[in-house]
Amino acid sequence: MAKRIDISDLDAYYGNFLAVEDVNLAIEPRQVTAFIGPSGCGKSTLLRTLNRMHEVIPGAYVDGKVAFDGEDIYAEDVDPVNVRRLIGMVFQRPNPFPTMSIAGNVVAGLKLDRGRKVKKSEFDDIVERSLRGANLWDEVKDRLDRPGAGLSGGQQQRLCIARAIAVQPQVLLMDEPCSALDPISTLAIEDLVRELREDYTIVIVTHNMQQAARISDTTAFFNLAAVGEPGKLIEAGPTQQMFSNPANKATEDYVTGRFG
Amino acid sequence: MNDLTSGLKRRRATDKVATGVVYLTALIAIIPLVSILIVVFSRGIAAINAEFFTSTMRNISPRREGGGIFHAFIGTLEQVGVATLIAVPVGIMVAIFLVEYGSRGKLAAAVSFFVDVMTGVPSIVAGLFIYTCFILTFGFDRSGFAAALSLTILMLPVVVRTAEEMLKLVPMDLREASYALGVPKWVTIIKIVIPTALSGIITGVMLAVARVAGETAPLLLTTFMTQSLNLDVFSGPQAAIPTFVWDQIANGTNPSMDRAWAGALVLIVLVAVIYIVAKVLAARFAPKSK
Repeated sequence: MAKRIDISDLDAYYGNFLAVEDVNLAIEPRQVTAFIGPSGCGKSTLLRTLNRMHEVIPGAYVDGKVAFDGEDIYAEDVDPVNVRRLIGMVFQRPNPFPTMSIAGNVVAGLKLDRGRKVKKSEFDDIVERSLRGANLWDEVKDRLDRPGAGLSGGQQQRLCIARAIAVQPQVLLMDEPCSALDPISTLAIEDLVRELREDYTIVIVTHNMQQAARISDTTAFFNLAAVGEPGKLIEAGPTQQMFSNPANKATEDYVTGRFG
Repeated sequence: MNDLTSGLKRRRATDKVATGVVYLTALIAIIPLVSILIVVFSRGIAAINAEFFTSTMRNISPRREGGGIFHAFIGTLEQVGVATLIAVPVGIMVAIFLVEYGSRGKLAAAVSFFVDVMTGVPSIVAGLFIYTCFILTFGFDRSGFAAALSLTILMLPVVVRTAEEMLKLVPMDLREASYALGVPKWVTIIKIVIPTALSGIITGVMLAVARVAGETAPLLLTTFMTQSLNLDVFSGPQAAIPTFVWDQIANGTNPSMDRAWAGALVLIVLVAVIYIVAKVLAARFAPKSK
């Protein structure tokens, strides 16, 4: 069910400000693609253009093409709601719904979206499958009716991953999913990403280069010429090559920690 | 004396004085509140009995003891109830428009401005507006419904403002989390944003209800009053607790004054009950973490 994404000639704007300029990139299915680069280089912005979350911010828009298995998600007759049904997202800060239980959070996407025809009797199975998928089941199976906001930060983030995979998307976008977590929770999430890779196309934004090196198959490096200038894709390639023998000097400086 | 201890005495003294002033002002602020409660309870309790709650003032002369507040209690419940039924959905929808849809537009700025202006409208002006518009211009009779409309005008800005503030407190993260699951915007508002803000919205609504339950002036212009029970909110004069108190004081006889105090006591208790219900509901709907 995993699908590929081809980004071509993509510019992303916030009002008049060009945040990301002229990105061309192919994201392969059943792989982990990592976006790395210094703060403000547009990697999170680019990630959010992939499921049309970018335009949720007032004044933000996109120019260019993002093909999801060949079909442009920015074509005029495409409903952004449908795009987001197929391309799920995990955010930087864990954001479980505070009014819902742990189980309620997991099936929130199925319950709230009437376009999905899922019977209530299947909910229990989906809760278990999704929580197992997010490596959280054993920790919460005895308190599924407790509020999701009562979990620790790392558990909340795994709950958010369970919520994202419960709707069975084709692609999972992760926007610095570990930046608010402690090292042990980070490790748990990284293990999870490696497992999810079997079934999903995963794009992950990270500030942590070791993390990119550990979990990704492909790495894309972004940079900006100066503050106020648009971010650009400098180079992308197999992770191993990007970290050992990058083609571009700026990439080498960044991955070896000389700046950024 | 070294750097670590210098000025300690002075700072402690300043701290004591400031603490004292804060406590004192708090006490001063409480005095009128407590004295009102004590006076209303001690004077009002005299006329409180079963008859007071179950009978009206029909055929009771001001000089006689007896009679009751039943007609006024029903009137207040109906008028405030109708006002709430109109003001709450409209107010919440206006707040949704302001926060979720119009956040940067000119229309939102205009609506927001007029809501602010409405907050400052004196209650008698709200009554006059309904009187001239609904009764004189459109030719409807005085009725509890007309009174409810004037109370609606007073409730609306309070409901809009509190609902708006509560909706603004809902983190953008939650909306984005919902959108990212492929949930449409309006479902997100109804199922995620409103439930998260519900506790605060309920508190705001109940405070607005408590505020208009004690209004007198707009009722005199729109439904006036009666000594008899009128169950029909849509026709004819209807009593209400505030106008009942006003009428009994105007009579000036001893039994009437007792009834006026008792009426005031009932009104205070009613508002207190509304407030407690609001607190309980708000606690029940508040997002929990345990």
